Amino acid sequence: MGLDNILAEALPEVLTTQLDSLVNWARKSSLWPATFGLACCAIEMMNATSSRNDLARFGSEVFRASPRQADVMIVSGRVSRKMAPVLRRIYDQMPEPKWVISMGACATSGGVFDNYAIVQGVDKVVPVDVYIPGCPPRPEMLIHAVMMLQDKVMKESLRDRRDVPATEAIEAVPPGTLPATGVSATNEAAAQETPSRPYTVASRHERRRSY
Amino acid sequence: MDIEREKEIAAGSRAAKSYPLPPVELVSALQREQDGWITEVIQAHGELTLVVPRASIVAVCAHLKAAPGFEFDLLADITGADRGVEEEPRFEVNYHLFSTKRFHRVRLKVLLNQEDTHVQTVTGVWRTANWHERETFDLFGVVFDGHPDLRRILLPDDWQGHALRKDFPLRGYEPYSLT
Repeated sequence: MGLDNILAEALPEVLTTQLDSLVNWARKSSLWPATFGLACCAIEMMNATSSRNDLARFGSEVFRASPRQADVMIVSGRVSRKMAPVLRRIYDQMPEPKWVISMGACATSGGVFDNYAIVQGVDKVVPVDVYIPGCPPRPEMLIHAVMMLQDKVMKESLRDRRDVPATEAIEAVPPGTLPATGVSATNEAAAQETPSRPYTVASRHERRRSY
Repeated sequence: MDIEREKEIAAGSRAAKSYPLPPVELVSALQREQDGWITEVIQAHGELTLVVPRASIVAVCAHLKAAPGFEFDLLADITGADRGVEEEPRFEVNYHLFSTKRFHRVRLKVLLNQEDTHVQTVTGVWRTANWHERETFDLFGVVFDGHPDLRRILLPDDWQGHALRKDFPLRGYEPYSLT
């Protein structure tokens, strides 16, 4: 991944745009999920891959049991505090490029379990790309989420380094929302003032493509 | 015990009327056995509960498992309860027993004070008590003396506190976050 970035940053933009399209198309058309079914949402994930709603049509041909061979991790089900380090370890074992779909209310925000045992949202453990609400979401919703992820993959660029977050991503966090070790703690000036800006800031990719 | 019923049970026929012992018989037989074994008998909602003092719980359980009239060979559950921070005694440990031969059930209850939450383990009587007692220790803090492997089973190993006590907050102490 590092070598691609260096090369892509050296090449003129017209060449990387062509290469981007090709690479992104290849990535989005073969998103292989890692099986991370934790609870009831796993049943609906199984349904999404079975013959009635066939997820393999969209490229998720196999669900890889080994994270080393997977592209996307679909966290389906509630994540307990005992399971959270395991989840993080599996995520760390996936090679780049990787994405995360948080399926269901419990993975998105803790769901109905607002207590000591359940992590209130899996985005406190891994970075999430697509959130799916529902308890459980229908299989069609999971397929829609995979298609949304495919749209997101198409907008990526080889020039972006995935190991370092972009400056806009750091500044896009509303001050005071992350715990004390978060990035907003260093941004003292922003913590004092109340920023008047839209809820979501368009990332560089969304601003780069002027449709 | 009825001799005919005994014969039918021994023959193992399904039509054998191996209905449960009436609670009165059960309790009186147990009280005849040893005097300090039951401190209180509660009968409510069709269920029989015997309050047993802490010192004699192992003896009572062993007798209930082995004695011919009782034969409680299945320990269905061991669970704890926190009656409240200001109650005296604060904790209780409930043993749910079932007899697969006689089809009767009984609940044994041990009451514990807040200062001294120790009970003898019944792992020697029923092997399944091992994990049930680990769960009661994990969630209530009741220590089972003589347990072969008393450690947490449901909560993470480095958890501080006992989660189902009434003074443990519902949401815990710190939100979990790796970011």
